[in-house]
Amino acid sequence: MSLSRVYAIYIRQMFLLKSNPTRLATVFLWLIIDIIQWGFITKYIGSFGEATFGFVTVILGAIILWEFMSRIQQGMLMAFLEDIWTQNFINFFASPLKVGEYLSGLVLTSITTGLAGFFAVVAIAGSVFGYNVFRIGALLIPFMVILLIFGIGMGVFVSAIIFRLGPSAEWLGWPIPMVLALFAGVYFPISTLPPALHAFAKLIPASYVFESMRAVLTAKTFTSDLFLNLLIGGLLALAYLLIASRVFIHIYRKNLESGTIARFNAEAL
Amino acid sequence: MDHETILRITNLTKEYHALKAVDRISFDVSSGEIVGLLGPNGAGKTTTINMILGILEPTGGSIEILGKDLRKCGPDIRKHMNFAAVYAHMPANLTVRQNLYIFGLLYEINNIKDRINVLLREFDLERFASTKAGLLSSGEASRLSLAKAIMNEPRLLLLDEPTASLDPSISQLIREKIRRYMARSRAGILWTSHNMNEIETVCDRVMFLAHGRILLNGSPKTLPAEHGMKTLEELFIAVAREPVCLEHEVST
Repeated sequence: MSLSRVYAIYIRQMFLLKSNPTRLATVFLWLIIDIIQWGFITKYIGSFGEATFGFVTVILGAIILWEFMSRIQQGMLMAFLEDIWTQNFINFFASPLKVGEYLSGLVLTSITTGLAGFFAVVAIAGSVFGYNVFRIGALLIPFMVILLIFGIGMGVFVSAIIFRLGPSAEWLGWPIPMVLALFAGVYFPISTLPPALHAFAKLIPASYVFESMRAVLTAKTFTSDLFLNLLIGGLLALAYLLIASRVFIHIYRKNLESGTIARFNAEAL
Repeated sequence: MDHETILRITNLTKEYHALKAVDRISFDVSSGEIVGLLGPNGAGKTTTINMILGILEPTGGSIEILGKDLRKCGPDIRKHMNFAAVYAHMPANLTVRQNLYIFGLLYEINNIKDRINVLLREFDLERFASTKAGLLSSGEASRLSLAKAIMNEPRLLLLDEPTASLDPSISQLIREKIRRYMARSRAGILWTSHNMNEIETVCDRVMFLAHGRILLNGSPKTLPAEHGMKTLEELFIAVAREPVCLEHEVST
């Protein structure tokens, strides 16, 4: 793997962000709107009293982490779509660039934009709602790592689907985090879901993170169950990333056979 | 004179279900040689070029570049080749300098910034260095594509209609630059064009492609007379309209 080529893919996206500040909206704007909206909603619900835990503490923390994961996925998707919109695949893939280097460049881009958004949101949550996400403690690191891997896996998978079906399938990429959020235990514990959906929730790595986070913040203890939960979540996230990468490479090879890479644009597919 | 084989195509075939877009073609390109690939629209020229670029998988046959099989050593070989094509625009939302920088990284060019400055000077793009590629005129965009194409000093250069839609003055300028590059680097160049005057001026050898097959192969100066035509353009029209007759004539 050539670091120079990975950097080429990464720096292209950074050039785009630098040259057109409106692109920063995709990194920060929706995140900030979401966090302010959810901050006030949780504050309002919390004001009814009688709750055994702080709504802001549990829900806002979950929202911040979920947004981090969603931005990782959408950061990858946006970077991939840029190459579709500028019909750039022919230039890239006729160069010595390998598909793994291309994906690594997209991952690096999404990590940068995801982390930038995360720190912006943490600052707003702290200054507006007095919420400090770091109160989760050292467990924040495994939580974020699992969500990062799962977010990258989703980003690669959605990009693969668009690579196969064409740019018109772009719309598939945007609602996926919203749909998954219903089953990942972001806003409510998985036990709230009908029992038939529990098995589905258990297949989503993020659900292990949010269940663990709720347990830590409410019980304020770390048990061996939590460790097992995180292990399962981490392994699932890694498995999905591996599968998504294989799917992307498979579709890339299919596109080489069909000639799609040379004429990849909205009109041709 | 050095006659190293830069590109060797053997029985190259591309089938899309029942359609044979390229049908068992074989040819070589040597160092210091410009070979014209001619043919009507849909003849298989771009399909051939895309297969050599490695962005289209052949159904059969082999492509050797500098003695190495493209299928086995793709990314390594691609360091020594490059291309410019009328349909492969540089990303419009990046500046000229940013575009060259990114491709410099992709081709792992040493001292990228110096190399970019040389290319900007050579292709008269210095004043557009900070201009977005999408704002360039056709001539400027072609010069940028060509600057990118020779950035890594390729041994094999593929040019798919590099002067299409350019005015005669800019076309001549582009041809001169390619000629100059070839003389300096002894690269092998495969060139497609629909401009027969250009092909006559530039190419050492031409191949006529129709229905995915090479019908004629020879010098652009002598080929028309060999087939009873006055000019290359006449010959082109004959190939485009009656390829079967020509194929019969050649085979007999």
